[in-house]
Amino acid sequence: MIEINLAKEFSYELLSLDCQQETACLTAFISETLTSRLRKQGAVVGLSGGIDSSVTAALCVRALGPDKVIGLLMPERTSHPDTLRLSQLVGESLKIKTILREITPILSGLNFYQEMTSCLRELVPEYSEDWKWKISASELTEERIFTFFWLVVQSPGGEIIKKRLPAETLRRIIALSNFRQRVRKMLEYHYADRFNYAVAGTSNLLEIDQGFFVKLGDGAGDFKPLAHLYKTQVYQLAEYLELPETITSRQPTADIHPLAQGQDEFFFLLPYKEMDACLYGEKNGFSPESVARATGLAEDKVRLAYKQIAHRRNSNAYLRLNPLVIEEK
Amino acid sequence: MIKDEIRQFITEKFLFNSDDPPDDDVSLLEMNIVDSVGILEIVSFLESHFQIKVEDEELTAANLDSINKITSFIEKKRG
Repeated sequence: MIEINLAKEFSYELLSLDCQQETACLTAFISETLTSRLRKQGAVVGLSGGIDSSVTAALCVRALGPDKVIGLLMPERTSHPDTLRLSQLVGESLKIKTILREITPILSGLNFYQEMTSCLRELVPEYSEDWKWKISASELTEERIFTFFWLVVQSPGGEIIKKRLPAETLRRIIALSNFRQRVRKMLEYHYADRFNYAVAGTSNLLEIDQGFFVKLGDGAGDFKPLAHLYKTQVYQLAEYLELPETITSRQPTADIHPLAQGQDEFFFLLPYKEMDACLYGEKNGFSPESVARATGLAEDKVRLAYKQIAHRRNSNAYLRLNPLVIEEK
Repeated sequence: MIKDEIRQFITEKFLFNSDDPPDDDVSLLEMNIVDSVGILEIVSFLESHFQIKVEDEELTAANLDSINKITSFIEKKRG
């Protein structure tokens, strides 16, 4: 546990990057990693239209050149229309080769859609496939640092039904949902094998620390250039790398469920900027009072965020572990 | 006895029937015995085993974070 130093004052300046220096460091890391350690001839990046995959691809282009980077576009039938449009835009702006692999047929082969529908119907019998749905997390309160979840469904007519998810149904939905990230990663490795490229992981520090990724899904990769960067720092790099404004100004979305939602509604308890501040403060021994002053959040809220950050880090630790083996004597 | 049934469920479900069950006052979350979904599993068990309905506002650490707290909660619910 990090000791809190009351004399230290948190400021957002602490999250400010020297983008030129950081980019130089990251491009050196990528080219060195690919040539000397992985011995691969290029990089595959799964593009989602989000900030992390866009910055990862842009860094790979700076390090390796556009002809050594492949962007994979892998929407499925419930993806937000922006997913394909924005990922194509990133591919075009970086002048890289993109490959469109619609993953709906693979998911259908896994019985994903049918099983998800039957799972949702257990809670909402009137649900059908033309309805939209999402999972919404409970708010953090003083009385509760754990999270519970509601299934929120919306009929084509706009009617909203909200039901608390029992553990068994929640686990089924998570297990099914994770198919999407794992199918995408499977395809990334397929193309990596085919071209003798490496797979770029796109997770940032906030996601890795808190466990907001699917093990062997979006959490996998041969190298992860953003793993040490807070989300706000990824946005700073995105601007420096001159990614399209529609990408740099877009709020992070989960794009996991058909009904629109932000990441802070599904997993993180605060918008990413405040979440970064709380995580930085918690990891580096800044008092909750000091983070509250800089963010404008109530002190109690920051204190709770610290508690939940530590709780999530511990309870999701297994996600970050490599397979465990008996240690050699 | 309610407490024994709760302890048995937690030991079986989360601790592989360990011979060393947690103390009745130990925080299940802080000791990493359960995570958020684990708490929901306990809730499902309580609802089916004790024939009660746990409301959203009752999903609190004060009611669910230790064997003693769960026991008191069930006793209160059953009147």
